[in-house]
Amino acid sequence: MMTHTAYVAASYGTAAVTVVVLILWVWTDGRARRRELQALEKAGIRRRSAQGGEAP
Amino acid sequence: MSENSLTIRKFSDLANPTRFLGLAARVLPWLIGLTAVLFAIGLYLSFTTEGDYQQGETVRIMYVHVPAAWLSMMCYTVMAVSALGTLVWRHPLADVSARAAAPIGACFTFLALVTGSLWGKPMWGTWWVWDARLTSVFVLFLMYLGLIALNRAMDDPGKAAKVSAILILVGFVNIPIIKFSVEWWNTLHQPASVLRLGGSAIDPEFLRPLLVMAVAFTLLFFTLHIAAMRNEIWRRRVTAMRRQAARAAGREV
Repeated sequence: MMTHTAYVAASYGTAAVTVVVLILWVWTDGRARRRELQALEKAGIRRRSAQGGEAP
Repeated sequence: MSENSLTIRKFSDLANPTRFLGLAARVLPWLIGLTAVLFAIGLYLSFTTEGDYQQGETVRIMYVHVPAAWLSMMCYTVMAVSALGTLVWRHPLADVSARAAAPIGACFTFLALVTGSLWGKPMWGTWWVWDARLTSVFVLFLMYLGLIALNRAMDDPGKAAKVSAILILVGFVNIPIIKFSVEWWNTLHQPASVLRLGGSAIDPEFLRPLLVMAVAFTLLFFTLHIAAMRNEIWRRRVTAMRRQAARAAGREV
């Protein structure tokens, strides 16, 4: 039989893990995409809309 | 310049992905800071306020469960508005918004289900019952997973956008069902006690941490949603640039 405190701890623990995983996923995804864009720009590939200045 | 033209100009500004990226870069640091401060206050209140005379310590589970459940529905509503934006106005960022929101909504729905279950065991004596509220929220969770799978299964983003927008709008019927399930059917889940006619039925001792945590969770959602939209725009740019590079290489041969 779990105590009430254990149920509270399990709830906050699950919430913390879920939120941290979500934040890490968004953050690492953003970093990976930014690196890909930088690598493409370094290779001299530019978006068509960026070639003629600011996008419309 | 008239005020009207300024408003229109600002609205159209948002439709431009490049301008959206600029706005996201400016807004995100503030949103992150504000979310962190509100969570610090909310968590402090959650653990320093008194326990309930009947629920005891388990009332603290509500400070996570209720905001997560609110957000699970709000996220789907954001996706439904985005789906309208895709189908009706062909807004260039509408599909980006719907696609970015789905995994976040799935996480909050998962959290609402798990924390509800962890509260249900000591208070109801059971982890789960197939009552109207719990079942409809479980259906919402499955819909999020289905939409994520659909978006990942289709290669053409334009086609995926249209199909998932239709599916999101059809699935929106579940949101009023979730909201009013506790009134329409005899459920083990309690009826609304915060937002209801005649005012809140909750003591201010519990209402304060609940509202602060609700605002903190809402800001967390918008922070993650804007960041995920920015990531999605970058992902599409990478795909477009790679395709462009491949075409250029093909011409050279």
